[in-house]
Amino acid sequence: MDNFGFTISKGRQIEWDSNDRSIADYIREREPSFKSCIACGCCSATCTSGNFTHFSLRELNILLHRGENAKPGNDIRKCMLCGKCSLVCPRGVNTRNVVFLAKQAFQKFDGHAD
Amino acid sequence: MEAAGQLANAGYTVSLMEKEKETGGHLNDWYKLFPDRRSSSEVKKYLDKKVNSKNIRIFTGTSIEKLHSNKDGFLVITKDGTELKADAIVVATGFDLFKSSRKEEYGYGIYDNVITSADLEAMFRKGKITLTDGKSPKTVGIVHCVGSRDEKVGNFYCSKLCCVTAVKQAIEIREHLPESKVFCFYMDMRMGGAHYEELYREAQEAYGVNFIRGKVSEASESINNKLVIKVEDTLAGRPLKIELDMLVLMAGMEMSEGGIRLAGQTGLKTGENRFFAPADHHYANNISNIKGIFYAGTCTAPMNITETISHARSAVSEVINYFNNNKA
Repeated sequence: MDNFGFTISKGRQIEWDSNDRSIADYIREREPSFKSCIACGCCSATCTSGNFTHFSLRELNILLHRGENAKPGNDIRKCMLCGKCSLVCPRGVNTRNVVFLAKQAFQKFDGHAD
Repeated sequence: MEAAGQLANAGYTVSLMEKEKETGGHLNDWYKLFPDRRSSSEVKKYLDKKVNSKNIRIFTGTSIEKLHSNKDGFLVITKDGTELKADAIVVATGFDLFKSSRKEEYGYGIYDNVITSADLEAMFRKGKITLTDGKSPKTVGIVHCVGSRDEKVGNFYCSKLCCVTAVKQAIEIREHLPESKVFCFYMDMRMGGAHYEELYREAQEAYGVNFIRGKVSEASESINNKLVIKVEDTLAGRPLKIELDMLVLMAGMEMSEGGIRLAGQTGLKTGENRFFAPADHHYANNISNIKGIFYAGTCTAPMNITETISHARSAVSEVINYFNNNKA
């Protein structure tokens, strides 16, 4: 059959019921301060890496909690673990440990991130 | 002042102790009040009238050295040695503004033209908003939550009035300087009071104030003496850089130093937020852990003027109950 280029678009919605939030759970269990984020963006404002690449810890937090793991799984490589984010976080999230645990979790569950 | 006035009306003799030269507290420093933007002096006039009573003796410029309690009541000793007896005490030690220099990364006291919300009120009262070089600012940034909701300075709580103060001041900047651009950097817009949301909407619609959702991480100075801030525009999902002429820090509310001293000296309980801890936050928020001592106003939590006056009135009703039940 001729291919006219038509496809069925995947919906844009977050599939809460089927999404896998085990990476967020893995981090939350080991670093409970991960739960305290209020998405103020202070971490990403000060982030050297985020100023040059598409890396945002605020976004990573939200996406992992929604089970949207693909993007953070790729972006997390850009973190240089400098820790400036932890100096500014008003909620005292141990951001460096969050990144460290996220990398661990991706290796464990996903084979993603190195 | 409200509590003193109400007690005097009810026929009690009141001594009003004020450490400053004038009663009225922070109200004396404000320009116009949110949300209706009436002059603060109108409310001050109401309170002055209230305490103008033969039953009230006002001691200004008087700090309390010691507060003793015994079975007959209380003995208050002032710094200059005056001794006063009382059957009940209403603590109305209020709040102090957060010292913005503690949030060093915002540059208060380091960079020119980083000012606080209180400094801006003083400028409004003078009728002129100026930079240190005497010029008018063209771009003004307002930083919400300075010293509030920030564990880095030990204040976990929301001061709850800074958001509406920011909106009020943004409008006033635009009124004073119609050519200026104003940017509010917020984490959440907490417009919980009566008519606050309407003021927020007015700021958007009639005054074109820009609201950007993100907590400012730091301020620095550019080579041409402008202020540069770092913030993530969280709704756009990208870091945002902006040059500003002036940065206004919305200083939060903290337990007053006088209150902390009084707590240490008397054994009045304080909460995790360092404000006085009332016996119950729902139904006994004027009652302290010491019999005969009551709380009125912002010494227990951040409150607006309406709430402070209501809280003072309910304190009076608790004092009268106390007298009726204990001193018959």
